[in-house]
Amino acid sequence: MSFAAFHVVELLSSTRFSHKKIAYHAAAHSFSDDTPVLVLITNQLRKDLTSTSELEVSLALECLSRIATVDLARDLTPEIFTLLGSGKVFVRKKAIGVLLRVFDKYPDAVRVCFKRLVENLESPDSQIVSVAVGVFCELALREPRSYLPLAPEFYKILVDSKNNWVLIKVLKIFAKLVPLEPRLAKRIVEPVCEHIRRTGAKSLLFECIRTVVTSLSGFESAVQVVVVKIREMLVDDDPNLKYLALQALSVVAPKHLWAVLENKEVVIKSLSDVDTNIKLESLRLVMAMLSENNVAEICRVLVNYALKSDPEFCNEILDSILSTCCSNVYEIIIDFDWYVSLLGEMARIPHCQKGEEIEKQLIDIGMRVKDVRPQLVRVSRDLLIDPALLGNPFLHRILSAAAWLSGQYVEFSINPFELMEALLQPRTILLAPFIRAIYVQSALKVLVFCLNSYLLQRGNTASSSTFDGLVLERDDPESSILASCDAPVHCIQDEGFNPRVLNQSFEGLSVEYDGEETATLGQTSALSSLKDGFTRESIINLLNRVELAVTPLTGSYDVEILERARNILCFIELIRQELLDSPVHKDESLESEEAQVSQIIKVMHDAFSSDLGPVSVSAQERVPVPDGLMLAENFEDLEKIFGDVQLPSLSSFSLGSPQYEERAGFSIPIHESKEEPAPSNESTSLLAEHRKQHGLYYLPSAKKEDNYPPANDPKLQVDTNDDDEDLVKLLVSKKKPCHAKPRPVVVKLDGDQAPIAANPRPKEDVLSGTVQNVLLGSDTNPTSSQSKVSTKSSSKRKGKEKLNVDSAKENLGDVEKHDLGNPRSRNSKHHSHTKGRRHGSPGKKGDEREENGQKVKQKSSPRHSKHKARQRTEVPLNVVAQTPVVPDFLL
Amino acid sequence: MIRSVMVINTQGKPRLSKFYEFQPVEKQQELISSVHGVLSGRAENVSNFVDAESIFGPDTRLVYKHFATLYIVFVFDSSENELAMLDLIQVFVETLDKCFKNVCELDVVINYSKMHTVLDEIIFGGQVLETSSTEVMKAVEEISRLEAASNAISLVPKSVSAWRSR
Repeated sequence: MSFAAFHVVELLSSTRFSHKKIAYHAAAHSFSDDTPVLVLITNQLRKDLTSTSELEVSLALECLSRIATVDLARDLTPEIFTLLGSGKVFVRKKAIGVLLRVFDKYPDAVRVCFKRLVENLESPDSQIVSVAVGVFCELALREPRSYLPLAPEFYKILVDSKNNWVLIKVLKIFAKLVPLEPRLAKRIVEPVCEHIRRTGAKSLLFECIRTVVTSLSGFESAVQVVVVKIREMLVDDDPNLKYLALQALSVVAPKHLWAVLENKEVVIKSLSDVDTNIKLESLRLVMAMLSENNVAEICRVLVNYALKSDPEFCNEILDSILSTCCSNVYEIIIDFDWYVSLLGEMARIPHCQKGEEIEKQLIDIGMRVKDVRPQLVRVSRDLLIDPALLGNPFLHRILSAAAWLSGQYVEFSINPFELMEALLQPRTILLAPFIRAIYVQSALKVLVFCLNSYLLQRGNTASSSTFDGLVLERDDPESSILASCDAPVHCIQDEGFNPRVLNQSFEGLSVEYDGEETATLGQTSALSSLKDGFTRESIINLLNRVELAVTPLTGSYDVEILERARNILCFIELIRQELLDSPVHKDESLESEEAQVSQIIKVMHDAFSSDLGPVSVSAQERVPVPDGLMLAENFEDLEKIFGDVQLPSLSSFSLGSPQYEERAGFSIPIHESKEEPAPSNESTSLLAEHRKQHGLYYLPSAKKEDNYPPANDPKLQVDTNDDDEDLVKLLVSKKKPCHAKPRPVVVKLDGDQAPIAANPRPKEDVLSGTVQNVLLGSDTNPTSSQSKVSTKSSSKRKGKEKLNVDSAKENLGDVEKHDLGNPRSRNSKHHSHTKGRRHGSPGKKGDEREENGQKVKQKSSPRHSKHKARQRTEVPLNVVAQTPVVPDFLL
Repeated sequence: MIRSVMVINTQGKPRLSKFYEFQPVEKQQELISSVHGVLSGRAENVSNFVDAESIFGPDTRLVYKHFATLYIVFVFDSSENELAMLDLIQVFVETLDKCFKNVCELDVVINYSKMHTVLDEIIFGGQVLETSSTEVMKAVEEISRLEAASNAISLVPKSVSAWRSR
């Protein structure tokens, strides 16, 4: 309603109270700092503030408390100062209240008004004390250090006051002061416990509890008293109390976990409360209770809750499980087999929307924990062969992880044929193109693995010819999906004795194939037992099957799929000839062709089977920048062009690439050319800047691990050997000897902590660097001057002061009666003073210290500390930090 | 400090709103409607706290009470006690009850100005000023008396009386 602003100003001057009231009301509601007409109301406000009618004064104060600007606060400070001494409680309490806004806008007002504000703390009238304490509470929340010297006053109130409102505020102040001055804690812990015992007011009780759990948690006895009270609140019927009690518990949890464990039943029961607040709070607590001993048990309970709760809370539960379990590189997970199965189970929860996080963790675990790979492949297989899961778009990310894992670690697979069938099932058309591309690539990996195993097996049988008569019927239920595998193959052992015959009639060859045996052997000797399953017939079937499924993909619109499909087809084309023809050929030609094919396959297989490890987040920085590489300038330009858009484009660039890079993996030169121009190659300031800008989200570690290993792998390994204490840290299982099942080795890189530890640092450097400098420079001075300089020296020092204003101001503080004389002239001085201060900052600092020196009464010292805090906000260079002095008689 | 006080009816119409930090009108409306959206989804007999950080930014809490057709909502930060705020809502409603004798939504609509007077006596610039409803009533009555008196002084505008006396 800015159109009416001027009319509001007009109406303010009305002589009728009701009109004036309306005008003030409108002003308070509609004026903001940039309302232009604000400058016109200064005089009217001044008139009303000095009015004889206390109601008019109260109107003006009320309005000022909402709209005061820097100018208004500066110009009206004298009037407010006068009102602070008013005999009428009704006016005085509002004058105290308005100080908060005035101090905020015009810090210099502190010099004038602070003393009276402090005096009001000791007022006999409880209303006034209440408001004054309220103001201090607000001030202390913003900058607690400055108010430490007032601790004795607050302590007196804490002990003496009977007013719950005042006590609550005082407790809040102490909660802020205690961390700064540990000696205070000892003093207040007793009164606080006393209040807990005595009070009937729930609000005060809760405030006491909160004070203890946040600031006094070192006092065991106090915490015990509090926990008893919390338990009472927990079982209360009032949901508010229950909610707050849970909140208090979650504050106490990090330091006193026993408090939570004692209330375990109530907390877990609250998970099914009707109130979402309570549910969330108890979930948080349950997560806090999680440890390596109970993680399986609790996660089981939680997943059950997730199954039956509403979608929103279900995802909340899943989210907290995922984030807690993966914290600090899966610190609390001992049994990874179990955890991986849990992830697979989560994927099947109907409301699950945490696909990306589960995807990330599956791949991450796959790369970090070698021992769990067979289980990972098993879980992936279960996910992949279930066509129903393809219908849920939230699960597609999980499926992409499953596909990648089963391709990467196919050697642990029980039945690669079945896997292939799953990867190429028709319903994969529902997947997003980039996930489908992963499917196709995994299919290639599986194919190469099958061929390689087949060749190996053939080579073995050919050379050793120790094929005992093993006649077995295949009874593998899992293979039912794959038609080619289904056909029972019978062993004809005769050929087994004659290698030559064997080579020529593969159809006849059959093998012992026992799924169960493979499963048990799988982990260690999966490869050796598996390869028995490859017959010539099954391989040819496989090739046909793949060709059939992949051929339509060459018409795909997505280049990634297209390219990968073509790769597969060409590969099949390349080898099929030989494989099919071989039986017909004569022995001599067979030898050479066989060798050629097996060489191709072997190279492919080697390329795929090199282990991908996790990469430290900071690994990229260790790569030296090649000479003559001038990336910095180019990227500066890019920064200008893209700004914030750069990050997404970066990640999307690398998203589809891992498989591609892998394929290129066997030719090292391509590697390097791939690696050099990698965008984050420069370890220069640009990177730091960029990282700072994007905070934690800079290249999430899983993504990176997904993408970069092929390029970095050789280098990484070298690094590892060079300085392993620097790069790779292995968590050895003997760390937790008590467990029956040893914790598998989890590869942990020093860079894993980097995103948390390193990234905030640059920000702090910028901010705190300057502040700290100034802090250190001036830390000692105030204390010494405060304690040592005597009152007498002040007159001497005054002479040295550049500005008269300062002395005037000091008079103001010291001799109140005198300074009320001419408010108007003081106004102008205020003005000139601020200007002077802005220019001559170093000299000013000295002046202030001198002022400090003049005060011997402890009450006056906060006045200055306060002022300094204010000043710091206004002119950063002027910062004078004060080491808080808490008078010893308190402690 | 208290950031905001709102009285919203169950249909989502704001009956009184006060923001102790300036907010443009559009922002106010947006905040009110999102608060109403959250509140209307809450069942009876659940806790009176709502997670407000998504609406009002960090370090904010929201306490509400539901009376007949009205929600009374206080938004505040960590310098206030949640239960105390709940009590303050009670004080506010008690005072209104004394003012209007069995307060209902219609009273709130008609007596807009008086509502604000009452609220201003309880909360001053975001700080709790008075917590006893009798004290508040005293002040409010005095203000109303003065208002009535100032209106009664002359019903004839000055210009008219000047013209008459000629």
